[in-house]
Amino acid sequence: MLYKSFVDSFSDYIIDRNEDKCILCRICERQCSYEAHGFDKKNSVMTKQDHKCICCRRCEAMCPTGAISIRENPSQFKRNSNWTASHRKNIYKQAETGGILLVGMGNPTGKQPTYFDRMLLDASQVTNPSIDPLREPMELRTYLGRKPDRLEFEEKDGRVSLKTKLTPQLKLEYPIMFSAMSYGAINYNVHVGMARASQKMGIYYNTGEGGLHKSLYPYGANTIVQVASGRFGVNAEYLNVAGGIEIKIGQGAKPGIGGHLPGEKVNEEVSRTRMIPAGTDALSPAPHHDIYSIEDLRQLIYALKEATDYKNPVSVKIAAVHNSAAIASGIVRAGADILTLDGYRGGTGAAPLVTRNNVGIPIELALASVDQRLRDEGIRNHVSIVVGGGIRSSADVVKAIALGADAVYIGTATLVSVGCTLCRMCFTGKCPWGIATNDQSLSKRINPDIAEEKLSNLIRGWGLEIKEIIGGMGLNALESMRGSRHRLRGVGLSESELDILGIAPAGK
Amino acid sequence: MFYEKDISGCGLSGFIDKSKKRVSGEEIIKSIALQHDRGNGLGGGFAAYGIYPEFKDYYAFHIMYDNMNALATTEELLHKDLLVKHYEKIPVRRTLKIPTHPILRRYFVKAKPSEEEYELLDIESLDEDDFIVRLVMRINSEVKGAFVFSSGKNMGAFKGVGFPEDVADFFKLDEYHGYIWTAHNRFPTNTPGWWGGAHPFTLLDWSIVHNGEVSSYGINKRYLEMFGYKCTLFTDTEVVTYILDLLIRKHKLSKELACKVLSSAFWKDIDNMDDIDQKVNTALRMVYGSALLNGPFAILFAYKNGLIGLNDRVKLRPLIVGYKGDRVYMSSEESAIRIIEPDLDTVFAPKAGEPVIVEFEAEA
Ligand code: SF4
Ligand code: SF4
Ligand code: SF4
Repeated sequence: MLYKSFVDSFSDYIIDRNEDKCILCRICERQCSYEAHGFDKKNSVMTKQDHKCICCRRCEAMCPTGAISIRENPSQFKRNSNWTASHRKNIYKQAETGGILLVGMGNPTGKQPTYFDRMLLDASQVTNPSIDPLREPMELRTYLGRKPDRLEFEEKDGRVSLKTKLTPQLKLEYPIMFSAMSYGAINYNVHVGMARASQKMGIYYNTGEGGLHKSLYPYGANTIVQVASGRFGVNAEYLNVAGGIEIKIGQGAKPGIGGHLPGEKVNEEVSRTRMIPAGTDALSPAPHHDIYSIEDLRQLIYALKEATDYKNPVSVKIAAVHNSAAIASGIVRAGADILTLDGYRGGTGAAPLVTRNNVGIPIELALASVDQRLRDEGIRNHVSIVVGGGIRSSADVVKAIALGADAVYIGTATLVSVGCTLCRMCFTGKCPWGIATNDQSLSKRINPDIAEEKLSNLIRGWGLEIKEIIGGMGLNALESMRGSRHRLRGVGLSESELDILGIAPAGK
Repeated sequence: MFYEKDISGCGLSGFIDKSKKRVSGEEIIKSIALQHDRGNGLGGGFAAYGIYPEFKDYYAFHIMYDNMNALATTEELLHKDLLVKHYEKIPVRRTLKIPTHPILRRYFVKAKPSEEEYELLDIESLDEDDFIVRLVMRINSEVKGAFVFSSGKNMGAFKGVGFPEDVADFFKLDEYHGYIWTAHNRFPTNTPGWWGGAHPFTLLDWSIVHNGEVSSYGINKRYLEMFGYKCTLFTDTEVVTYILDLLIRKHKLSKELACKVLSSAFWKDIDNMDDIDQKVNTALRMVYGSALLNGPFAILFAYKNGLIGLNDRVKLRPLIVGYKGDRVYMSSEESAIRIIEPDLDTVFAPKAGEPVIVEFEAEA
């Protein structure tokens, strides 16, 4: 049996250093927060410990001479399609620790279909001209919030004005928002980047459940503040400074359980913002202890509306689970203005592996069934639907919107745009890219100005692509794409999947 | 749930006499015949208003049947739910150009809900018009081989497979007199042999002739379904008819505002409006975004009090308007107006998304 720990015994990756190129500058040593690189003073050579490498590729990027490449270790466990290497590794690890296996980021296994990849979009030919977004206006503006079924107008002095009083709405110039990632799980610098980029691009970012740092209050108009079961950082000022409020019931990566921020990540600033002592674990209860039924949810929704004088729309976020459609209908009737659905493939800072890989359903199916259910009940207008958990590209955004979403949340894509390489070790607090860490020196690896620029670029770039796609379909406003499922076709899907998605197979 | 795309390019023409002077169908026939090349002989049709003065308080149902079975089933429904004042074959002229045709009947009726139905209507606070709409939807979706061409008062739709001038000849339109006429010449590349697929599309006294393609059909249809409309025809134009019915008859929007929904202002223009207009236009787009008609179109929309011409928001299909005395003409081509009124007072091309609304003076 193994007398050393499993991680020390086998390495998944090999650090390949080209000695001819190495100039012994020791940058890699300083950059690797996992201490995989070392320096042997006596012999004046760089050393390495392959088993410590988690393949974040930070050292590779920083090495001034390009001496490093990180490779997958070709030496693998004997092949077994049933007992895959990861099943075996998980058992070794668990036999050592006796605990729950934690993971970061979304499910990497790809074992369930990604329906976005099995849907294709339409384009115009001849009879309805496609529209060139470089020459014609192409509109993406989106309003999130409850809409009345009909409008009333009145005429005074020969002028028609709006009589219906509308409930508050979030105005988005792009149908994309930065999704809930708490201050603490990711650091202040990333939050500054998201806040500024949101203001610049006319969109919103979500604080997640860790409160809002006071210095970010000026960006409140572009901020959605979250109220989760732990109620971290929730106070009247927090609610009122924001543009919108979100009650977090569940999260796609770990439906049924609450957020977990390890004490190592709770430094002074995080502690002040969350209103908890420094160094303590911030454990959100699995349920809200004041919500045990839909009536209770209604009370919380209205308590938050009261607390903000009915000037902020309230969103309710749930994980995509089997009966999302019925739950969604209840949430709309309970008074939510926005319904946020978070899918199975969503990311997270830390989740039990068993939950992440096995609980919940893909966002495409949940979205399709919720949208249809709300239409069948005639209440689709009463709520805006925002989806997250699996949006990787502008094509995914368009497909989600065609299925019925009003807008999307991006979390993983947000982090990737500021350098995350999906090493999936966010829960350790040692993020080598300076994102999922509050370590002083690591956090400095994110420059808020550059983060702002990259995040804005991402939104702009996706916006341009969305315009190309809808223009190609002969549309010049996003609302004509929204819920327009007949512009989607399925490839390689079963009859029942097509039926749930409400789309025809390609060729039909 | 899936529909076959109705790919079509077309010609249209129409006019209104504001003084309600009734004129024979000959003029509109001439105008649409000039646009012969805009169609391919697979669909032509007309809507005429003011043609049934003797039955003006009765809904005039024009119905086509594929077979006697469909006729029997439908008539059973009609006699159960309606008081049928008068019914007859729609008179036709045998012509070589229209070799075959469906069974064609017209009925002049009033609603006669059963006690139970009356109570249901009352519960949902619906009126006689709603009752008629439901019946029309029911016949179109449930009775195989039956299709209601039109169901409004003192108006009728005449349409079929053929060039419009031949369809007119077949229906003897030269013998009818009306104060609004619209006509359509169709160029379908799909579902050709069906008389119900020709324009105009109607509901109650609204009738639409449409040159265009609705690229937003998918969401327009799903939006309408939320309000109980069943899109059965598998063509684009039907959604236009239903959207207008929803906005104007059910939601009581003015014609101008309804047009702003179909062909909404651009955000860049809305941002520059004054506060009142900005609120109006923003709310329209927020609430009725799913009813925006995206894609190229020119439509003529007639109803008991008037005629409206409207283009899509970037004007991708032609529409010309001409004025002469009490007459207002609207057409795909100026020549099609000039052939019946060479001496126009004014003629212009309406701007993208800006409706031309003409109503009778007395009832405006
Ligand atoms: S963990 Fe990252 S920085 Fe460290 S050796 Fe591996 S790739 Fe390089
Ligand atoms: S960063 Fe590159 S050059 Fe510098 S010590 Fe490491 S491998 Fe050598
Ligand atoms: S945020 Fe950091 S720790 Fe998490 S996956 Fe990305 S690079 Fe790794």
